[in-house]
Amino acid sequence: MSREPGPVFLERRTYRRRRMSDAARLLPILGAALFGLPLLWGMEGEATATTRVMFYIFSTWIVLTVLTAVISRYLRQDKQDPSDTGEW
Amino acid sequence: MATLNLLVLVCFLYVAFLFVIAFGADRAARRGRGTWLRSPVVYTLSLSIYCTAWTFYGAVGFAARSGLEFVTIYLGPTLVMIGWWWTLRKMVRVGRSQRITSVADLISSRYGKSNLLAVFVTVLAVVGTTPYIALQLQSVTLSFATFAANEPSGTDLPNQQSIALWVAIGLAVFTILFGTRNLDANERHHGVVMAIAIEAVVKLFALLAVGVFVVWGLAGGIGDTLARIDASPIAAWEVSGSRWIGLTMLSAAAFLCLPRMFQVMVVENEDEGHLRTASWAFPGYMMLMSLFVLPIAAVGLDVLPDGANPDLFVLTLPLQEGRDGLAILSFIGGFSSATSMVIVAAIALSTMVSNHVVMPVWLWITGGSAVMSGDVRNVALLARRMSIAGIVLLGYLYFHVSGGGTALAAIGLVSFAGVAQFLPALMGGLYWRAANRTGALAGLGVGFVVWLYCLFLPSFGPSPVLPQAVLDHGLFGLHWLRPQALFGAEGMDPLVHAVMWSMSLNTIVFVTVSIISFPRPVERLQGAQFVNVFEHSGNTPGWTGGLAQSEDLLIMSQRIIGAPQAQALFATAATRQGLAGYLPEPSPDFLQELERELSGSVGAATAHAMISQIVGGATVSVEDLMAVADETAQIMEYSSRLEAKTEEQERTARQLREANQKLTQLSVQKDAFLSQISHELRTPMTSIRAFSEILRDTQGLKAVEKSKYAAIIHDETVRLTRLLDDLLDLSVLENGQVVLNSQTGRLDALLDRAIAASGLDKQTFRIERDRPAEDVMLTTDLDRLAQVFINLISNARKYCDSTNPVLTITPKRQNDRLLIDFIDNGTGIPTDHQSMIFEKFSRIGETKAGGAGLGLAICREIMARLGGDISYLPGQSGAAFRVALPQSPDTAAPTAPA
Repeated sequence: MSREPGPVFLERRTYRRRRMSDAARLLPILGAALFGLPLLWGMEGEATATTRVMFYIFSTWIVLTVLTAVISRYLRQDKQDPSDTGEW
Repeated sequence: MATLNLLVLVCFLYVAFLFVIAFGADRAARRGRGTWLRSPVVYTLSLSIYCTAWTFYGAVGFAARSGLEFVTIYLGPTLVMIGWWWTLRKMVRVGRSQRITSVADLISSRYGKSNLLAVFVTVLAVVGTTPYIALQLQSVTLSFATFAANEPSGTDLPNQQSIALWVAIGLAVFTILFGTRNLDANERHHGVVMAIAIEAVVKLFALLAVGVFVVWGLAGGIGDTLARIDASPIAAWEVSGSRWIGLTMLSAAAFLCLPRMFQVMVVENEDEGHLRTASWAFPGYMMLMSLFVLPIAAVGLDVLPDGANPDLFVLTLPLQEGRDGLAILSFIGGFSSATSMVIVAAIALSTMVSNHVVMPVWLWITGGSAVMSGDVRNVALLARRMSIAGIVLLGYLYFHVSGGGTALAAIGLVSFAGVAQFLPALMGGLYWRAANRTGALAGLGVGFVVWLYCLFLPSFGPSPVLPQAVLDHGLFGLHWLRPQALFGAEGMDPLVHAVMWSMSLNTIVFVTVSIISFPRPVERLQGAQFVNVFEHSGNTPGWTGGLAQSEDLLIMSQRIIGAPQAQALFATAATRQGLAGYLPEPSPDFLQELERELSGSVGAATAHAMISQIVGGATVSVEDLMAVADETAQIMEYSSRLEAKTEEQERTARQLREANQKLTQLSVQKDAFLSQISHELRTPMTSIRAFSEILRDTQGLKAVEKSKYAAIIHDETVRLTRLLDDLLDLSVLENGQVVLNSQTGRLDALLDRAIAASGLDKQTFRIERDRPAEDVMLTTDLDRLAQVFINLISNARKYCDSTNPVLTITPKRQNDRLLIDFIDNGTGIPTDHQSMIFEKFSRIGETKAGGAGLGLAICREIMARLGGDISYLPGQSGAAFRVALPQSPDTAAPTAPA
């Protein structure tokens, strides 16, 4: 499939938007890793306290929510943005 | 105390309030007001139907049993939401561009609009959702019973089953009223969505209120609450990794696949931009929903007596403390969770059932003709209403038969695992073009069977369907087929075990079969459309119109989407095509648009089938495939269209050039004619002038000379007259003004006359004739024909260069034409001149005999007037002319001896 090569340099705003869509893609991976992290705790010896994990989980949750909110603000659909191809 | 009565009253008031809200929202939407109905906040809140009564009550119970693990059922959806850029965005875009009505519709549409697949997904969805509806009914009933048990009098405790029945009936009525106002499932159910949004607020508020009460009312603030958690049986973080990860993944998958989630997330989606807000707002909502779950569980375990049902802590804690108001609020929260889930699930499932099961069956029963039979619109609406009632009833029956109890409580995750089986087909369909129908069917089938065998049936414990022996020793005594230790995977958590095997086998079979088998053209088309939805949000080319009857289509669509809408649609299409009236040409574009419109009402597969009945088969041409294959193909198509256009222009230009050339030639001919004629007139004029001047000016001419000169002048004027006569003759003939007077005569007589008139010397010029063949009667303008003969004979006399000239005249019959050949024995006419001899003023060689060169031109014109023709006959001994005459049979005299 031959795709027309886009311009090499993008307008600053478009560039920002694309990097933000990269961030939006990476966020769930980061989230999954963070939510999985407590599994590594207390592998040996003393079991971790539920309250500690609870604090961790909820803080992570809030941070992820805020990050998503910030990134989503940048991903506002521009009326004429040809970059909205889902690829890049 | 009248708590119970108050509860019933509040309950009714709340339901009435919801009715009013739904009614008001519907009205506002219909009047075009209420942009607030389309706000991203409403969209986000409507997603909260994920949080059902099972999560409202059950989360606390879950937490009381296994600590923080309950949070996984919220973490999965959270990851999906914050990863909206990957999946949800594409799902919503596909759903909107293809006018998808349900998850079954999406899968069926993606895999070549296969109704078989749609039916399969529908059945699976119904099987997976029915227990869940039963669960909601159970939660309402249980919470009611909790109140009743707390009643001091405790006398008029209502029957649990009857409560469930009334709730079920109420929900069915509500859903039918607001869920089937319009047929087009793509049109938003503003009333329902609004009611759900309100319920979302209510349940969050209720849970937060109970949480605040527990933390700051029962326990002495945050510090004390944490201490109580640390002191409770769930103090230690002892979560198994496989369950933690497995449940997160399972809930994420279910979040994408649950029919009710698909309904609010994709079908009811008003604007893709709403997803942006929901991507962070909904995780926030879920975070708040689960914030107080652990404290409530810990305090409940601490405060309430042993053996209290932890699933009802949210309700029993306020009741225990005598906070009836809070308890009622909590009850309403649980009630909201249950009702919103049932309503949306019923709408989603009824759309699937009526579009993919009832409508196709109905079409088949009525002879498969959408045109001839009755009102499809009413049938579809009725089907949907019946389906809603049927699904809610099925949920009630399930509840009734299973008798409630703990077996039902376990069904939540079992149900999740069931619908999660759609995931491979769904994701494969969105991201992998080679995914095909056979693969999807096989994968879904395998996943469903494994789920049924490993999770669903064992969830009831030993039963006649799945006896203890099979659980212990495997099917047919095969050890490796034990339902909870498939292929020897022992010691796993049963849920994780079943999810792992069903999902991985599902995926493996789906991918393998997709790779091995070959998709149909429609599947490939749809595949390209779905996977590359962002590149070309255009639509599937599929119909090749031309055969379709616009009127039939109009009749059919009127019955599905309603007469005014259908007429408006058709009229707009007609106007766009530049036609007046209601009937546009059934162009592929129009058919596609119509199909999409209809699929909003009856689903893609049915709409496709209905149109193909009228159009006569969905044919996908190679060009269509090319068109979506990739951009290159599109460019190629575009340039070929341009090429075609250029070709047409070239053709026109060529025609114009030819016409121009002809005009130029004519002009040249005219000039040549004028110069020729002035030359022809000038020659005799010159000699006439010269000799008349001699006669006038020269004195003493002899009488002999005088008479000689006068004779020359006379000869020249005769020649001039003849020339002018010829010209006049030709002009008359060419303009078609000649009047023919038809006579009947014999050919031999005519030839005699012509030979006599041409005045040739019989001694020096011999004419050979075929007397018997000349015995033919002719009915034509004999004088004109004689003129032709005379011309030909005198030409032969003039131009035949043989020392012993002979002209042979042979008439013969050919078909119904009489051919008369004049052949002399001279050298004939050179080939390069043969084409010119019939032109005006063409004379071959030097003019040894006088003549303007009009003779043969006149002959040609005469013959054309007589309906025959004259041509030069090459390849004879000398110059040869053939005169052809049409001959009607009755004029042909039978041969008579001369």
